[in-house]
Amino acid sequence: MAAAVVNAAREAMLGRIRAALGDVPPGEAPGDVPVARDYRRAGELSAADRLARFADRVRDYNAEVVVTDSAGLPAALDDACVAMGLVRVAVPAELPDAWRPAAAEIVEDHGLGAGELDVLDGAVTGCASAIADTGTLVLDGRGVSGRRLITLVPDHHVCIISAEQIVELVPEAIAALAPAVRDGGAPVTFVSGPSASSDIELSRVEGVHGPRHLWVLIVDDSPGGGQSPVRPERSSGTSR
Amino acid sequence: MSPAADPLAPRFPAAASAALQDSQLRHNLGHATQTIRAKRAQAVGEVPDWEGLREAGRALKERVLRHLDDHLMALEESVTRAGGTVHWARDGEEANRIIGDIAVAHGVSEVVKVKSLTTDETDLNAALERRGIRAWETDLAELINQLAGDTSSHILVPAIHKNREQIRELFVRTLPDAPPGLTDDPRALAEVARRHLRALFLRARVGVSGVNFAVADTGTVSVVESEGNGRMCTTLPEVLVSVMGIEKVIPSWEDLEVYLQLLPRSSTAERMNPYTSLWTGVTPGDGPQEFHLVLLDNGRTNVLSDEIGRQALNCIRCSACLNVCPVYERTGGHAYGSTYPGPIGAILTPLLSDMSQARSLPYASSLCGACYEVCPVKIDIPEVLVHLRQRVAEDPHAPLRERLSPEHLAMRAVARVFADRRRYEAGQRAARFGQWPLARGGKISRLPGPLAAWTATRDLPAVPAQSFRDWWRQRS
Repeated sequence: MAAAVVNAAREAMLGRIRAALGDVPPGEAPGDVPVARDYRRAGELSAADRLARFADRVRDYNAEVVVTDSAGLPAALDDACVAMGLVRVAVPAELPDAWRPAAAEIVEDHGLGAGELDVLDGAVTGCASAIADTGTLVLDGRGVSGRRLITLVPDHHVCIISAEQIVELVPEAIAALAPAVRDGGAPVTFVSGPSASSDIELSRVEGVHGPRHLWVLIVDDSPGGGQSPVRPERSSGTSR
Repeated sequence: MSPAADPLAPRFPAAASAALQDSQLRHNLGHATQTIRAKRAQAVGEVPDWEGLREAGRALKERVLRHLDDHLMALEESVTRAGGTVHWARDGEEANRIIGDIAVAHGVSEVVKVKSLTTDETDLNAALERRGIRAWETDLAELINQLAGDTSSHILVPAIHKNREQIRELFVRTLPDAPPGLTDDPRALAEVARRHLRALFLRARVGVSGVNFAVADTGTVSVVESEGNGRMCTTLPEVLVSVMGIEKVIPSWEDLEVYLQLLPRSSTAERMNPYTSLWTGVTPGDGPQEFHLVLLDNGRTNVLSDEIGRQALNCIRCSACLNVCPVYERTGGHAYGSTYPGPIGAILTPLLSDMSQARSLPYASSLCGACYEVCPVKIDIPEVLVHLRQRVAEDPHAPLRERLSPEHLAMRAVARVFADRRRYEAGQRAARFGQWPLARGGKISRLPGPLAAWTATRDLPAVPAQSFRDWWRQRS
């Protein structure tokens, strides 16, 4: 009975849509409607410029950004955990050993529930890619990104990125995700800074839900890279 | 049909007149829209290919809308293949029933919601309430409105009509866990809301969301947000129900590259909003294990059938048009009596009801065109406004009160005179004689009787002593 009703709605709606589109010639296919792609789809910045822009724009969101290299990573990781007071952190099971902080107790995610995550101090993960133009981390819900829950419930998120993972433009990140989404239905999350709200009289308030503290570690092993410029003071309300 | 317009709402001129008296509202709105306008201009100015993105945004919508049936069927197929269930709802009542049935089937008495204009349109919360199910709003502003029993006054910042002191007072009054010494510091207020909502998120078993974009070829559904409550509602519960107007579908995954750039800069003037969730059906072991997508018509096929009005369905709900509109800035959203206020509301609301409701809204505009300039998907709102005014004026089914109004009759008389040369010239001669008590210094500032309404806000040029045609005849 219910199935028949559902189909009736479907048929009625499709019928109304077709009736409404009487002006569209029957032979026209969707691809016949021209769509000009007159926008940037490939970036032009050098790797160094991409990294600098990314770091800059993530800092703009009041997230902490530290640039280091593989040798400096363990210390930088421990720094982050100490600075944020992280005692116990969740990590995706596939997070490499070199990316796990020694200064915190590691809880591997093998299906942690929300309640279990709620009592952890933070999550340490990698990501699928990062977008320089918008200061965005791209998590794809698998591998080093981890399940969505672990970067959502705890109040702190430490994200480690290799410099090569940084692309310049949004279209580049979207294109790179296409196989994972098409073939595996990967659940994707774009993270651009810690959570924010600007509802009350439009003043920007940091952190409502989701991690209120985001710390990004960029591992740059390119020659001449790996050194963070002087860490700016964390300001309390920059241009968002 | 449950339309977006509130059938009991006063016509716009009356509602606006009342709203203009509220100086707190005007102050809040003026400050807010001014701030957002400046920030938006900066965010957009930074993008060298903004116009290219706008045009692609418009063209992709045109492609989808001209073949909406194909795209919806493709979406249904891809969502189903990915483990979701697709439902079709002809109107708001049907959508609400579907969602209520899902909640009841899971034996829950509460659901958590992400802000969704579509569910406002269908008045989902009230429908669930009637079935004994509490729908908790989880956006900060929606929470405020829900606690205060208010309706939204702005697409993006729905509690913009309240200031911090009013909110402090509200929290102290309605939230049991609000500390007694609560200040009106926005940070403190947000903290109270956060703790209240976190408890909800951790126990809710059913989440309800809207949809910003649904991708036809992959079945991906997305929610674009700032606070993180969207992630909470779409990741924590066992069951997720997402409701979308049928116009929210876009052709393919790659097309997200256009909209995910247009929306954040145009709405909150950021390079990117804090969180965008893009999920495809069900992912084992991650997030909800049951996903429902409700496709809602509720008048959208009426909009679709109007060839000029159809572009209103391009709307990606950024609210840029609200923030530049001189009328909206002064009257606020409530005066529009609709889920959708401002310029987009002025065209969408009447069209959704096939012009049977909200007939005063197309006139709630000075036609300045600022909305068209900022619209990221290039909806030519002024063109549609004028077109809808024509539909209202020429409506053969309009109520008698309208068809016999002085303005309507006067316009019809003028149209007759202007349509024929001899009548026109006779009319000119008559006007030249008849105007002498009224014309001063080449202008008529006040017409008598019912025509006084016309000259209340404008002057008419006096008919000259010799018309161009007379002069032309004289010299040839």
